[in-house]
Amino acid sequence: MSALVEYLISGVAIGCGFALVGSGFVAIFRVTEVINFAQGTFAVVAGFVAYSGLTSAGAPQGVAEALGVLAAGALGLAFGGAAIGRKHTSPLASLVITLGLAVTAYAGEIAIWGDQPISFSGLQGDFVLAGAHLLRQYLLVIGVALLVLLGLGVFFTRTYLGKGMTACASNRFAAEVVGISVRRMGLLSFALGGLLGGFAGVLLIPIQPLSFNSDIDLAISGFAAAIFGGLRSFEMALVGGLVLGVAESLVGGYVQASYETVVALGGMLLLMLWQARRRVELA
Amino acid sequence: MLSATDLVVRLGSVTAVDGVTLSVERGEMVALVGPNGAGKTTLVKALAGLVRPASGTIAVEGRLAYVPEGRHLFYDLSVEDNLSLGAWRGRDRNPKRIYEVLPGLAGLARRRAGTLSGGQQQMVAVGRALMADPEILMVDELSLGLAPIVVSDLADHLASLHQRHGLALLLIEQNARLAFDLCSRAYVLENGHIVASGSSAELERSEQVRRAYLGVGSTPSKVRSREGDSSESARRDGSA
Ligand SMILES: Nc1ncnc2c1ncn2[C@@H]1O[C@H](COP(=O)(O)OP(=O)(O)OP(=O)(O)O)[C@@H](O)[C@H]1O
Ligand SMILES: [Mg+2]
Repeated sequence: MSALVEYLISGVAIGCGFALVGSGFVAIFRVTEVINFAQGTFAVVAGFVAYSGLTSAGAPQGVAEALGVLAAGALGLAFGGAAIGRKHTSPLASLVITLGLAVTAYAGEIAIWGDQPISFSGLQGDFVLAGAHLLRQYLLVIGVALLVLLGLGVFFTRTYLGKGMTACASNRFAAEVVGISVRRMGLLSFALGGLLGGFAGVLLIPIQPLSFNSDIDLAISGFAAAIFGGLRSFEMALVGGLVLGVAESLVGGYVQASYETVVALGGMLLLMLWQARRRVELA
Repeated sequence: MLSATDLVVRLGSVTAVDGVTLSVERGEMVALVGPNGAGKTTLVKALAGLVRPASGTIAVEGRLAYVPEGRHLFYDLSVEDNLSLGAWRGRDRNPKRIYEVLPGLAGLARRRAGTLSGGQQQMVAVGRALMADPEILMVDELSLGLAPIVVSDLADHLASLHQRHGLALLLIEQNARLAFDLCSRAYVLENGHIVASGSSAELERSEQVRRAYLGVGSTPSKVRSREGDSSESARRDGSA
């Protein structure tokens, strides 16, 4: 029983991380129709910058982590500039550019931080729930992720800028008609995607050490979470992230750790097939 | 305040606008009529800065707003949000002033634009354009899909905005009768060329224009098939 609780809670925490990465995919795709395969890079870079802030600069934890998130946001903006900055770049061409950027980023990451996994401790201590000893960091991850996603919802549905971005997602031609620059909104969405990936990175790194190529796992899991809602729904990305995180954690706990990603992604595939079928039946 | 000189617009291999020169002066209401495929939509898109001309010049003085063909609302946003986004480049984002001009919209404020009828959507499209407080308004097919009473209401509103605030108008309209009644001057576009222009009264007297655009001397069935054409094109544009 206590093992089950532990797997569930840690799964939810990791799933929240996937949901953040997934929301980055969604934020960018909705506005630009680009699948940003550098989404995992934002998380890795944020984690690394926070690590440097803590160790080299001796910044307080919160400040170092905020720096990491902001750095990822800036990186997102820069990647966005490369991917969609030129007019008439097709979403497919942009996708390839983001893949290229993700791989190119390896060189910089290795040069600065080396090729060994990096971690730092997060919130210290643990708490007891139903007989299970759980890291407090899990609670932090879950709480912050939910707050960030809530804030995202408020941004898109309540603020004028957010509505402008939603307008681009809804009808780009109409957005141009009322004078919204779809390209500028796209750049903004890349920055937002960077911030979201950054949050995932600084929250997950105390639980799961990150290395330069951890971006692949993160991007795959985040993408799987995002595709759950057709890359358009933040709510469904959260659901997808949670399902995936919990499934991985259960498989890792009860079966074997090396199967966790395979089984989780396989389960995801089944769910998606079921979903697609239901959609066909409804139509 | 709005003018185009020797404007050429190419869409792929098609030259949709071929050497058009036209102007709308401050506070003037001007109609643009022409058969399906003449290049009217392409011309106003170029004037709105949404497609780049191959050659020629465009000059715009003052705030310009545009009601595109096929409405192009933000279908998953509320009517209220659609309206307030119309003021993206303006100052006042509060849609209240539009409800005074188009009272029918007040009761629909919370509805998702995609759930409205075609006519209601057209009203939102006009309202959204008016939210920019334009000095010049371009409307691509005002009457499309609207009940005659709504059309005459809208036409009255445009006329009163023109009288009270000096709104200038460039109106594309399949219903040439409406266009000539509302506007003092008109251009006739065919195959990308301006083939006639002048005061509405003059054009209404021209035998050619009467035959082609006012249904005078043609059989009722011909008139009906022309209307059929225009709704075809609306459907085509709506699904694109
Ligand atoms: N995206 C496009 N690519 C290629 N050709 C196009 C495109 N859009 C329109 N055309 C062509 O350009 C010409 C002008 O089209 P346009 O839509 O401007 O006509 P219109 O006068 O607005 O017609 P309607 O009354 O049917 O709305 C037509 O011959 C049309 O087939
Ligand atoms: Mg047209």
